[in-house]
Amino acid sequence: MNGGLRRVLAGREAPVAGALLVVLAVTTAVNPRFLSDQGRFDLLVAIAITGLMAVGQTFVLVMRHVDLSVGSVLGLSAFMAGSAVRGDTGGSLLVALLVGIVVGVVAGLVNGALVAFLRLPALVVTLGTLYVFQGVQALLTGGTRINADQLPTSVVSFGVTGFLGVPWLMWVCLLAAALGGVFLRTRRSGRDLYAVGSNPPAAELVGIPVARRTLLAYMVSGACAGGAGVLFLARFGGVDSNAGIGYELPVVAACVVGGVNIFGGSGTVLGALLGAMLLKTMGVSLSALSVPEFWQQAINGLLLLVAITADRIVLLRRERSARVEAARHRREQVDAGPALPTDGADRAGHDGVTTTEVVR
Amino acid sequence: MSRVLSWDRSVFVLLVVTVAVGAVIDPDFAGGSNLGFVLQDIGEIMLIALPMTFLIMTGEIDLSVASTAALAGCVLGWAWQASGSMAVAVLAAVGTGVVCGAVNGFLVTRLGLGSLAVTIGTLGLYRGLCYALLGDTTVADFPAGWTNLGFSSIPGTPLPYVTPLLVVLAVAFGVVLHLTRTGRWVFAVGQSVEAARFAGIPVARLKFRLFVVTGAVAGLAGIVYDLRFASARPDGALGFELAVIASVLFGGVSIFGGVGTMWGVVSAVLFLGSVRSLLQLQGVPGNALTIITGGLLLASVVIPVVAQRWSAFRERRSRVLAAATP
Amino acid sequence: MRPTRLRLVAFLAVAAASLAACGGGSSAGAGSSSSAAAPSESASAPAATAGAVKEGLKIAILPKAINIPYFDAAYAGAQKACAEIKAECEQIGPTQATGAAQLQFINTVIQKKYDALVISAADANSVVPALKKAQDAGVAVVTYDADVADTSARSVMVKPTTPDLIGKSQVDWISKAVGSGGGEIAILSAAATAENQNAWIKIMKDELAANHPELKLVDTVYGDDDAAKSAEKAAALMQSHPNLKGIISPTTVGVAAAAKYISGSKYKGTVQVTGLGLPSEMKAYVKDGTVKSFGLWDPGMLGYLGVYAAGVKASGGDPKAGFKAGDKDYTVDGDGVAIVGPPQEFTAENVDQFNF
Repeated sequence: MNGGLRRVLAGREAPVAGALLVVLAVTTAVNPRFLSDQGRFDLLVAIAITGLMAVGQTFVLVMRHVDLSVGSVLGLSAFMAGSAVRGDTGGSLLVALLVGIVVGVVAGLVNGALVAFLRLPALVVTLGTLYVFQGVQALLTGGTRINADQLPTSVVSFGVTGFLGVPWLMWVCLLAAALGGVFLRTRRSGRDLYAVGSNPPAAELVGIPVARRTLLAYMVSGACAGGAGVLFLARFGGVDSNAGIGYELPVVAACVVGGVNIFGGSGTVLGALLGAMLLKTMGVSLSALSVPEFWQQAINGLLLLVAITADRIVLLRRERSARVEAARHRREQVDAGPALPTDGADRAGHDGVTTTEVVR
Repeated sequence: MSRVLSWDRSVFVLLVVTVAVGAVIDPDFAGGSNLGFVLQDIGEIMLIALPMTFLIMTGEIDLSVASTAALAGCVLGWAWQASGSMAVAVLAAVGTGVVCGAVNGFLVTRLGLGSLAVTIGTLGLYRGLCYALLGDTTVADFPAGWTNLGFSSIPGTPLPYVTPLLVVLAVAFGVVLHLTRTGRWVFAVGQSVEAARFAGIPVARLKFRLFVVTGAVAGLAGIVYDLRFASARPDGALGFELAVIASVLFGGVSIFGGVGTMWGVVSAVLFLGSVRSLLQLQGVPGNALTIITGGLLLASVVIPVVAQRWSAFRERRSRVLAAATP
Repeated sequence: MRPTRLRLVAFLAVAAASLAACGGGSSAGAGSSSSAAAPSESASAPAATAGAVKEGLKIAILPKAINIPYFDAAYAGAQKACAEIKAECEQIGPTQATGAAQLQFINTVIQKKYDALVISAADANSVVPALKKAQDAGVAVVTYDADVADTSARSVMVKPTTPDLIGKSQVDWISKAVGSGGGEIAILSAAATAENQNAWIKIMKDELAANHPELKLVDTVYGDDDAAKSAEKAAALMQSHPNLKGIISPTTVGVAAAAKYISGSKYKGTVQVTGLGLPSEMKAYVKDGTVKSFGLWDPGMLGYLGVYAAGVKASGGDPKAGFKAGDKDYTVDGDGVAIVGPPQEFTAENVDQFNF
C-alpha cells in the first residue's frame, strides 16, 4: 500500500511539472522577456499568495473536507496584521506575521471545531464562515484603508525584495510547502489525514483521533491563509475591505490541478504548489503571448478544464493498468491458494463515481 | 432523516413568522410594493435553486450557474442586435444554457470528473466567453415591451411578471421530485449511488439530464436578469452561485445528497429574501447583513445537530432515571 | 454657452498648472496646485437659482459600495451639506459594487419614504428602472460621481469635472512625466464595462491622436478594480511591451497597484505612472519618486453639491435651472449636469495637504 501510494503520488505530480515546463518553454520562446530577471521575479510574487493558500488547503482536501473561507481569512488577517504594525507602533515584519498567523489559526479553530465536533458538512460550514469572516472584516475596516506610508519599511520592502533572485514572499511559500510536505509524508499524524480521507469510518475504527486531526488540518489551512494575508499586505503595501474576496475557488482549483483528490485520500503539498504555479503561469503567459484581453479569461477557464481532464485521463489509464496487474496477480494467487478479498476499499478514495462524498 | 424534515418545516415556520413579525413592526415591509419587490429580487436565485436542488440531492453541485446565466444574458443581447428578433434571441439564450449544462454534464458523467472541480473550471470559461462576446460593451436597447416585463408589475396587482413563471416552475419541479419516478431516482441516487445502480437506475443519464436542465433554467434566469436590469453585460449575475447554493442548503437539502424537499428550498429562498428586506428596511448596514447571511447558513446546520444531540441526551437521561427508580 | 466658458476657464487653469509644473521648481509646483484648485463656480454671475431648501428633509446617500474611502470622503461632504440645510442624512449601500445590489437599497429608499436619493450608479443601465420607480413614488433623485444612462431617471448629475478635462489632464500628466522624447504608453483601467473609465479612455485616445504624436498608446488592459489583478496586469504590460514609458490608470485601485508594482521593480524611474488616485494611498509613491504627479477631485464636493441639488428638488424647486450650494451658485447644463471643478493635481509638494 505504502509503496503503491507513493508511486501514484509521484506519478500525479510529474505531468503537472511537465505541463508547467511546456508553458514556460513556449512562452519564453515567443517572448524572451517572460523569464527575464524581472519577469521571473514578478511571476514568483504572483504565485506566492495562491501557492501558500493551496498548501494549507491540501491538508483539508486530503481529509475529504474543504475550506472555502480562506479568502475571507486572508482579508481579516491582512487587516489585523496591518493594524498591529501601522503608524508609529514600532511594529515589525515579525509582529505582522505573528498576528496574521494567529488570526488564521483562530479562524481555522472555528471552522475545525464546527466540522470536527459537530460533524457538520465542511462545505456548508466554510461557506457560512466565508460570509461571517468577511462581514467581521468589513465591520472592522469600514471605509478605512491601510496605506503603504503607514506601514513599516520592513513590511513594504518584504513585498518587493528577494534573496537569490527569489522573492521573499515565495520563500515563505516554499518554507510552508517544505514543512507541510515533510509533515504529511513522514509524520504519523500526517499519514492519518490520508487515512481519514480515504475511508473515514475505517479510520475511526482503527483508532485514529479523527476530530483532533480535522481540527489540525483546519488550523493549518487557517494559518496558511493568515500568513497569505501578511504576504498580501506586503505585496500591495496596504489593505482595504475588498482584500481576498473571490480567492477561494482559484485555490481549490490549483489543488485539483495539482492532483489533490477532492474526494480525499490522495494528493501532496508539492502537487498543490505545482498546480498553483501552473495556473498562475498560464494566466500570466496569456498576457505575455499578447492574447487579446477579452479572450484571456475564457482561455484560462478552458486550460483549467483541460488540466483537470488530462489529470483524470492519466489516472484512469494508470488505474486500469493497475487493475489488470491486480487481476493477473489474483489469478496467480487463486492458482496458488485461497482467494483474497477484492480491492474495493483501496480504490474508494480515487473513485470518481462516489461523488456523493464530494464535499463532506 | 426526521430531524432534517423537521428543519425544512422550521424554515417554512420561520418564513411565516418573519412575514408576520415584519408586518407588525414595519408596515412598509408588508406593503404590496415591497413584497412585490422581494419576489422580483429573488427571481433569478429562486429559478436556479429549483434544478440545483435536484443536483445537490444526487450528490453533485454546479458552481457555474451564475456564469451560465450571464453568458445566456450576453447571448440574448448579442442575438437581439444581430437578428432584431427577441424570439430568436430568447431561443438562443436558452439554447446557450442547455449547451453549458450539457458540457458540465458530459465532463462529470462521461469522464467521471468531480462536479465541484469541473464547474469551477466552467465558471471561469463561461464568464470568459461573456467578455469574448461583448467585451467592454453593454447591450441596453432591448424593446421596451420586453423590459417592462422585467420590472413592472402585473396590472392590478403588486406582483411582478416573473411570479407566474416562478410558481409554475416551482410546482413543476416539486411534482417531479416528490411524485414521479424521476424524483424517486434522485432520492435513491443521493442515498447510495451503488444501490441505485444495482436497482437499474441509469445514474449517469439521470445526472447528465439534471445538468442540462440546470443549464437551461440558468439560461432562463439570465433572460429574466437582463430584462430586470434592461441591459446585457458580461459581469451580470456575478457571485449568484454561492447565494443559490446557500439557499438550497438552508432549505434543508443535505450536501451529501439524498435528503431534502422542494418546498423547503422554496421557503428558504423566500425566507432569506424577506429577512434581508426586513433588515434592510430597519436600517441594518450591509456589513452586518453579510454576517447575518453567514450566521443563518451556519445555524441551518448547527441547530438540527444540536437539537438532535439534546433530545438524545434527554432520552438517555430519562432512560437512566427510569432504570434507577425500580 | 456658460458650460463652454466654464470648461475653457478650467482647462486654462489646468494648462497653467501643467506649464508651471514643467518648470520643475518646487515653488512653481506649489503654486500650480492652488491655481488648479480654484473652483469653477460662477460667483460673479449668479444663475437663476431655485428657491429655498426645506428643513428636515430625509436624504439617502447611496454610493456604488460602502467601505470605500473615496465614497466615505464624499459622504463627509454630504453630511456637511445636510447640517447646513438641517436635513437628516444617511449613507446606505451594498458591500459589493453592482447594480443588482444597489437595487435593494433603492427599494429601501422607496419603502421608507425618503425625500431624496443621491446615488452613484454602479451600473449606468441597470438601476434606471428602479430610479424611475423611485421618482414615481415622489423621491427626488440626484446622481453624483457616476451617472445613469437615461437622464430622465434623475434630476441633476453632479459630475466631479468634465470627462473632457479628466481625459486631457491625464494625458498632460503622462506627457509631462515621460518627457519630450515620448514613447509607448498603456492604460490600466477598472472593469471593461465601467462607463466612466470608458468615456475617459475615448477622450484620452482623441487627445493623444490630436496633440501628442510623440506618445503611442499600445494597449488597454483591465484590472477590475482588484489590487492583485491590477498589479498582475501592470507586470504583464511590461512583458508584452518592453519599451513602455508610461502607464495611465484612471481608477484609484489601479493606479495604486501599478505604482506599488513599479516602485518595487527595476522599471522604477524608466516607467512613469499617473492617473486618478487618492492622495492617502499614493503618498508613498509620490514621495519615493515613482509617481511625479497624479490627480483627482475633492470627493467631498460631490456629496456636498449632491445634497444641495437633491434638497432643492425635494423642496419643489428645479435644480436644473442652477442651484445654490453654501454661498456659491452652480450652473447646470442642458443635460442636467453640474460640474464641481477642474481636477486637482497632486505632487510631492502638495500631497500632504489632503486627507482623503
